[in-house]
Amino acid sequence: MLSDTAAGPAATAAGDIRRRVHEVLEKHDPASTPCLDFLRARFDAGLAWVHYPPGLGGLGLPRALQPIVDAEFAAARAPENNPRRIGIGLGMAAPTILAFGTPEQQQRWLRPLWTGEEVWCQLFSEPGAGSDLAGLASRAVRTEDGQSWRVNGQKVWTSMAHEARWAILVVRTDPDVPKHAGLSYFVLDMTAPGVEVRPLRQITGEAEFNEVFLTDVVIPDSDRLGAVGDGWRVAMATLMNERVSIGGGALPREGGMIGTAAAAWRDQPAKRTHGLHDRLLRLWVDAEVARIAGIRLRQQLAAGQPGPEGSAAKLIFARLNQEISSFEVDLAGGEGLRYDDWTMRRPEASNFFGRGPGFRYLRARGNSIEGGTSEILRNIIAERVLGLPPEIRVDKDVPWKDLPR
Amino acid sequence: MTQPAAPGEAPDLLYGETEDDLRATVRDFLSIRCPAASVLTRIESSEPYDLPAWHSLAAELGCSGLLVPEPAGGAGASYREAAVVAEETGRAVAPVPYLGSAVVATAALLAATGPEPASEDDRKLLAALAEGSVTAALAVPFETAPGSALPTSVRVAGAPAGAGARLAGTVTGVADALPADVLLVPADGVPYGLYAVDARAGGVTKAPVVSLDSTRVLCDLTLDGAPARRIAAGDVAGAAVTAALSAGAAMLASEQLGVAERCLEMTTAYAKERHQFARPIGSFQAVKHRLADLYVLVAQARAAARYAAACLADGSGDAPVAVALAKSYCGETAVKAAEECVQLHGGIGFTWEHPAHLYLKRAKSGSVAFGTPDRHRATLAGLADLPGAR
Repeated sequence: MLSDTAAGPAATAAGDIRRRVHEVLEKHDPASTPCLDFLRARFDAGLAWVHYPPGLGGLGLPRALQPIVDAEFAAARAPENNPRRIGIGLGMAAPTILAFGTPEQQQRWLRPLWTGEEVWCQLFSEPGAGSDLAGLASRAVRTEDGQSWRVNGQKVWTSMAHEARWAILVVRTDPDVPKHAGLSYFVLDMTAPGVEVRPLRQITGEAEFNEVFLTDVVIPDSDRLGAVGDGWRVAMATLMNERVSIGGGALPREGGMIGTAAAAWRDQPAKRTHGLHDRLLRLWVDAEVARIAGIRLRQQLAAGQPGPEGSAAKLIFARLNQEISSFEVDLAGGEGLRYDDWTMRRPEASNFFGRGPGFRYLRARGNSIEGGTSEILRNIIAERVLGLPPEIRVDKDVPWKDLPR
Repeated sequence: MTQPAAPGEAPDLLYGETEDDLRATVRDFLSIRCPAASVLTRIESSEPYDLPAWHSLAAELGCSGLLVPEPAGGAGASYREAAVVAEETGRAVAPVPYLGSAVVATAALLAATGPEPASEDDRKLLAALAEGSVTAALAVPFETAPGSALPTSVRVAGAPAGAGARLAGTVTGVADALPADVLLVPADGVPYGLYAVDARAGGVTKAPVVSLDSTRVLCDLTLDGAPARRIAAGDVAGAAVTAALSAGAAMLASEQLGVAERCLEMTTAYAKERHQFARPIGSFQAVKHRLADLYVLVAQARAAARYAAACLADGSGDAPVAVALAKSYCGETAVKAAEECVQLHGGIGFTWEHPAHLYLKRAKSGSVAFGTPDRHRATLAGLADLPGAR
């Protein structure tokens, strides 16, 4: 662990980074500086994400130092960038821009992304391409002058599209080659003509997500990330970051959904049964072990030993949320037959743990679908971690346009 | 309820360099001395325990002295290192009394006498355990859970408690007692006591049990006026038994992690090599998804086992929660892994000649030993303030 008392370079780095935080706090009093000005100053001081390079909100330091920075700013009650609202930008767009963007693109996009001035969304999935993302059909055709692309298609399951200024977008630029080879990756201006966002209501009654229709939308070629035809590789980089960001998060014991269930159990002795007790104890054990496994995973990352255990975290998270919320509805009994509100709403961010047991139960069904279905995650663990032979594929060497659809 | 453990306060759950080295040494040793084929032969021989291998593991590799402080003749290591050896004995389903002697009996003696025993006899016994010249076992039924009522099936008989005491009674299903030179026997009397009994003395009978797990053969002990030397009395004796059972449960959880990990490895390798319908069976989702799920369970079990070992090593107040978590989770994971190992091996997995059954029997027995998963969840109900229905 890094602390003031630890000897050696780690302590020096921690001390140095605290000094930098305090310089920002001295120059920009958090109590009186407007939020955006403060966040920009923090970004410019390299304290947004210290593992990013200097000039792009970072200092090129180990990621393990970031919690120190966050804790110091939080202790000073400094304004924050509302990471839940800009999660797609922070967790998916930013690492992809950092890995594949040109210096100009990085300068243009990363600062307003981090400060929250510009919200990002992700245009990957389509009605006809969910788990088989590489089979997507949205088409981009180069304009006559070669400087731009004209895009047509439909994207789906897009959170925050109605608030987003930018989108990361994967489209087909070459239908004559096998499906993985004909994709390219763009950044789309969501205010461009031809972009239409419609809410997509889900089983909870609310609409976190959207459908996005793209009709003759023009994207400048300068907004492409990675080479033409290299979109699959870029998209994979994005999705690996998504899995890490959905599964992560350090909580105290009973800090997640199990805490709500345990509290309900303690508060309502009359509703206890032997069967429910057994289920609760099993879930409590699973949740606590998953929490400890999360701590171990972060220790591995901090020690520079990223383990394949990361792919396990999301599978566990989805199953636990589903089983715990199901338990909650059963425990609630008659109360579980009521639902708080079916009114169609547009929440600012996804909320897995909020509202009533009925909402949590319904929302949790999505946890094993969004960000990679549990079935696809099992394929990934089996093939990439355990090295088992891949699925027999009939679509790998066939031009995309000849595949049955 | 228990104090929530804040993330920043979590102990180190990774393996250090020393532990990696220790693991490599023990794994090499066991792969040469206790390969599956020889374990299969041994379990049907007159010597189900591999005593030559145990003596080398204990004395030459120093595994019997890990928990004993250096001044007392041990290696002065901790439960973190002891857990790594347990993982390896599990991986190899090694028929050696490591758990019973180097963990449970040693922990009982250390808790009863402290790290620097006052009595000359205790000092000698501890040093002998540490150097591997003496093997000991705690005389309790293998299924005894930490925190359960203290065993009372043996009583102090005849002579008054203290030097020259004699014990009478029976203890059924004791693990690792068959190869033990010394038995540490909890005995009822006034006061309750923990006694050392020479296993070769008159009045001591060991009857081997036909055990579900033939790689750790249990035995029924009968003491009929056996001469005994008291090493602790009253609350100290009771606390020593509880501490030993706790250590046993935690290290058995690590052993079960090793069992589960090895089952996953064997099954994954087989799924790559075994062809049916002109393709490796591991290319079928019906098979690969089960292995992926098993991988997830093993990764979780590793975190639980490391947390328990770390809590015991650090003397953490969260140890009771950690041990119950690890024993319940790793027990179920090992059983699941061994059952999947048999199923996914198909016909060959059901045969005596294939080692899968050794793992299944070790896993199932281990999940009952030192308290079933259910029993440990009941413990957690108390620790986490989750009371049951009336």
